Amino acid sequence: MSSEHPPVGDRFRRFRDGVAAGRDGGAVESAPGGGAATPAGRAGPDDRGWSPGSRRGGRGGEELRVPEAEFVSYYGRPVLKPPVWHWDIAAYLFTGGLAAGSALLAAGGQLTGRPALRQAGRVTALAAVSASTYFLIHDLGRPARFHRMLRVAKLTSPMSMGTWILAAFGPAAGVAAVAEAAPLLPERGVLGLARRVLPPVGHVAGLAAAATAPALATYTGVLLADTAVPSWHEAYPDLPVLFAGSALASGAGVGLLAAPAAQAGPARRMAVAGAALELTAAHRVETRLGLVSEPYHIGRPGLLMRAARVLTAAGAVGAVVGRRSRAVSALAGAALLAGSVAARFGVFYAGVASARDPKYTVVPQRERVERQREAATRSGD
Amino acid sequence: MLPDPNSLAGPLDPAPEAGWSAAPPRMGFFTDTSVCIGCKACEVACKEWNDVPTSGLDLLGMSYDNTGALTANSWRHVAFVEQPRPAGHRTPPFAGNPTGGTTSPSSAAVGATTADPVGTEPGVPTGSPEAAARMSAGPEFLGMPGAQPPGRATGAESRSDFRWLMMSDVCKHCTHAACLDVCPTGSLFRTEFGTVVVQEDICNGCGYCISACPYGVIDQRKDDGRAWKCTLCYDRIGAGKTPACAQACPTESIQYGPLEELRERAAARVATLHERGVPEARLYGHDSNDGVGGDGAFFLLLDEPEVYGLPPDPVVTTRDLPKMWKRAGVAALVMAAAAVAAFVGGSS
Ligand code: SF4
Ligand code: SF4
Repeated sequence: MSSEHPPVGDRFRRFRDGVAAGRDGGAVESAPGGGAATPAGRAGPDDRGWSPGSRRGGRGGEELRVPEAEFVSYYGRPVLKPPVWHWDIAAYLFTGGLAAGSALLAAGGQLTGRPALRQAGRVTALAAVSASTYFLIHDLGRPARFHRMLRVAKLTSPMSMGTWILAAFGPAAGVAAVAEAAPLLPERGVLGLARRVLPPVGHVAGLAAAATAPALATYTGVLLADTAVPSWHEAYPDLPVLFAGSALASGAGVGLLAAPAAQAGPARRMAVAGAALELTAAHRVETRLGLVSEPYHIGRPGLLMRAARVLTAAGAVGAVVGRRSRAVSALAGAALLAGSVAARFGVFYAGVASARDPKYTVVPQRERVERQREAATRSGD
Repeated sequence: MLPDPNSLAGPLDPAPEAGWSAAPPRMGFFTDTSVCIGCKACEVACKEWNDVPTSGLDLLGMSYDNTGALTANSWRHVAFVEQPRPAGHRTPPFAGNPTGGTTSPSSAAVGATTADPVGTEPGVPTGSPEAAARMSAGPEFLGMPGAQPPGRATGAESRSDFRWLMMSDVCKHCTHAACLDVCPTGSLFRTEFGTVVVQEDICNGCGYCISACPYGVIDQRKDDGRAWKCTLCYDRIGAGKTPACAQACPTESIQYGPLEELRERAAARVATLHERGVPEARLYGHDSNDGVGGDGAFFLLLDEPEVYGLPPDPVVTTRDLPKMWKRAGVAALVMAAAAVAAFVGGSS
């Protein structure tokens, strides 16, 4: 039993205090979380983090009110287990996409003779893919057993596929980045040989990384969608597109930050394309899914999704209008990166919220059952 | 790679599909909730036999249910539904009759917030106060469980009609088990009996199975990091014995046997109950054409599944996986094309 487990009777005391408070304040109007009463009976975004009860974000914001669903649950408990993944998986989604976007940028720079894009892209790709590997391993319940992922390759497990994609991308990105150090080596001796060999090796590696990059950026959409989490699963047609756009936009952001105006042209176009993909897919996710779109609008996930929209759009506009100004370009690049972060965290926590509230599990399934029942009776007549 | 057209969804015999030759008949549980008396002998027997750690001792304000849910440390969970409405056998059929809530709005709301901070602390998953309040009906606060059925203690005026539903929940050992499909280490595997088991010496605690299970069964043990769930007593049934819970059940609410036989028995039981005037009796998870290809552990329920905390129409997420990979492929191509276009189109 874990040492942080609360003392026996703790939950009961919280329950009793809560009931007492509720009685004084009238029926449902109090729902203290861990003893601290929150106003108006809503579970605020308290220490429980991204609770689906934090609806206030949606109130002031836009008018998306899916009519309050009538449904039954077992004491309001979630039907599903909410993902046990922590914020590191959201960070993993971002860094993986950033690595993919930068690798594409680097390869483009390499093939069209834009050394600034190549350098920045390769270095970022290595840093980002290292970070994403760290996040992925760090989130495991048993990090030391990471290598168990490598004992099988399973098409039905996106995580297995992703591990292998990462295993192909990582070393290639690493070699490409190391090759950038060639000019720093002395001209003679063994290191001098390395100095001459590294650039061509780096070219091959850079192209290999770019070839696997689209898979790295898009498989994460399948990773989230291939779960029972309602707001992820139902979004399966759009999540890979959203993540692909977000990856392009973040890669372009790196280019805008790092390259002088003369070389940044492709990064600008990539920014616009990425932002367009990301915004379209996000719009579809937020509007097309009926009730399970709701978690993308309310609470902190909703805030993040709105922030992502504003930042990404601003970044794309800045990329276009700032073609003469290094400062505006850099700002646009930063906005694109921040937008990509917000989009990943927004999608991640919207899914978590949808698994925590039984409404999102029960209502759509109940409707499906009723529809089938109706169809059956009609065809039975 | 995927030989059977039904290998991702649809009716299927899972053990041969998983590569077992000369597999024994598929074994499973039939849990008949109409005879469950809520004694929790199954919970205890399971913990004893499988050496499952304690889930913590607490009162949850959910009738006599102080286990809360199926978790890494509770592989059987007895649900208690306590409702201010006519007792079970006189309940009118469900059609057109909304199911009442299970407790008062205030106690439900408060009960939900007494859960622990993160998802799946053994014992209680985090609930949502709003959802809890929403689902409840009936004006009276039922209070903590006492020695007597609630509502009986304080005089005739406080009396109301009640029904108590009890149900021993367990891993469904799905025909198409999402947990098994998505496990990236091969830790989860299909046994020769068609059941689904975690190999604890392989699991690295990635947690994918936990998000994939449409029933919210499998769970991460917090101080251990790995995923745990019912094994359908793989060790016992391999030796020709009955699983601990079924062995301990005093009313034969939990029945163990070859799935085919159990399905026949269950159909007969439903027919009997209907004859005796219990029209709300229905089977859950018996149909091999449902979203998970039928459950290896199925149930006879006396109300809609969601009343017991079960999903009304679960679907194995991997059913849509080919479509997902296709979308990812398209997205990857679009991404590559956009990158190429960014470099070749344009002058600057
Ligand atoms: S109920 Fe969940 S844990 Fe059990 S076999 Fe099915 S998917 Fe796996
Ligand atoms: S947590 Fe363990 S059993 Fe579950 S998917 Fe990961 S490796 Fe497999």
